[in-house]
Amino acid sequence: MAVQFDGGVIIGADSRTTTGSYIANRVTDKLTMVHDRVYCCRSGSAADTQAVADIVHYYCQMFDVQNGEAPPVKVVASMFQEICYQNKDGLMAGIIVAGWDKKVGGGSVYNISLGGSMNKQPFAIGGSGSTYIYGYCDASYHENMTVTECIEFTKNAIALAMSRDGSSGGCIRLAVITEQGVQRIFVPGNELPTFFEG
Amino acid sequence: MTLFDRSPIVTGTSVVALKYKDGIMMATDCLASYGSLARFRDVERMVPVGEHTIVGASGELSDFDYLKEQLESLMIDEYESQDGHTLGPRNVYEYLHRVMYARRSKMNFLWNTLVVGGIKNGDRFLGCVDMKGVTYSSSTIATGYGAYLAQPILRKAVEGREDTLDEASARRILDQVMKVLFYRDARSLNKIQVTTVNASGVTISAPYSLPTEWAFAENIRGYGATPAQ
Repeated sequence: MAVQFDGGVIIGADSRTTTGSYIANRVTDKLTMVHDRVYCCRSGSAADTQAVADIVHYYCQMFDVQNGEAPPVKVVASMFQEICYQNKDGLMAGIIVAGWDKKVGGGSVYNISLGGSMNKQPFAIGGSGSTYIYGYCDASYHENMTVTECIEFTKNAIALAMSRDGSSGGCIRLAVITEQGVQRIFVPGNELPTFFEG
Repeated sequence: MTLFDRSPIVTGTSVVALKYKDGIMMATDCLASYGSLARFRDVERMVPVGEHTIVGASGELSDFDYLKEQLESLMIDEYESQDGHTLGPRNVYEYLHRVMYARRSKMNFLWNTLVVGGIKNGDRFLGCVDMKGVTYSSSTIATGYGAYLAQPILRKAVEGREDTLDEASARRILDQVMKVLFYRDARSLNKIQVTTVNASGVTISAPYSLPTEWAFAENIRGYGATPAQ
C-alpha cells in the first residue's frame, strides 16, 4: 500500500511470500527501490514483479544519466505500465509505484493493475489482502493527513489485512520517501497493532 | 446421488499430539479458514468424548460438527445400556475408523483427518483416521502441514521417552511445534489450545498465543536493486 502526503509518500507492505499455503519467506522485503526516491510495492508473482522491477530500475538509471535528473514518479509508473501492458498475457503483476520528485514538489502514488492500466490515486492498496481493507481505508482516509497520521493509517490497514488474509502476514515494513531521503520503519510480527480478534 | 469431488469450504489446519508420561497431549489452533480468509478465529477443534478421550479434527468443520453429534449419540447409547462399561479411546478410534471408511466406500467423504487420543486404566492411546479411512497409531501424530513440519520434531523429542516425558516438557514440545507451524503454514493462527488427557480426565486449556521471533528481520533488504542499508 502507498499513501501520498504533503512532502512525499509512505509505502508499506507485509512480509509473507507463499507457495500455495506454505510460507516460503516470512520476512520478505516487498518494498523495492527502482530509483533513489521512487519505490514500488510488488504483488502477484514474485518472479514476475522482480523481473519487471529490475528492468524499470535499468531504465531509470538510463533516464537519470541521459537527462541529468531523476525520473519523475509519473514517468517511472509509465515505464512499469508499458512493460505490464505489452506482456499482459505472460505476467501476473500488480504494482504500486510511489515516490517523491522535484517536478511535482511532493509525493505521487500510481497503481498499475493486472491488465496494465495505470491510475493515479491519493492512496493505493493492492495484493490479496487488500480486499479486506477497502472499507477500512475508505472510512479512515482523509485529505491533508500528516506524516504521522499516514504512518498510523498504513500500519493499521496492513495489520488488519494481515489478520484476515492467509496469504499476508509476518512483519510490516514501511518506508517514508521525501526530498531528504528514504526512512525505513520496521514493525515486528509480535508488535503489530491489534484489533478485534474473536 | 452423492458428490465425491465436493471441495471443503470451512477448514481447520493441523492437529498435533503426543504421548507423555501421564497420558496424552494434543494441540490445535483456533482458526477456521474460508479458503485463504481467516474467517472464524475462536473455534475449538478438539472435543472431549467421555472422560477418557479427546478427538481433534482438521479439514471440513461442518463434517466435524456432524461427527461430534454422532459421537454424542454414541456416548448416550453406551450410557443407556447400563452395562458398567464406558467407551475408551481405543473404542472411539475404532468407531471413527468404521464411520470414515464406510463413507469412503460410498464415495461420500467426511473431509477430515481426525486425531484420537486418551488414557483408560493406565493404557495410553494415540492415533489418527483420515477421510479415506486410513488409520495410523503412534506416540506422535500430526495432520496437515504438521505431518511435514511437526512430525520430525515430535518424533525426535518423544520417541523412546514416552514413559519419562513430564507434562511441562510435553507442553514445551507442543508449543515449539505450533510455533513452527505458525511461521510456515499460511492457514494457521497464533492462538492455540492444548488438551491434556490423564487419569484425572480431559482438560482443554483456554486459548493462548505463542511468543514469536521477528527482530532479526529488521535489516533484511529487497533482493537486488534495493540497497542493503
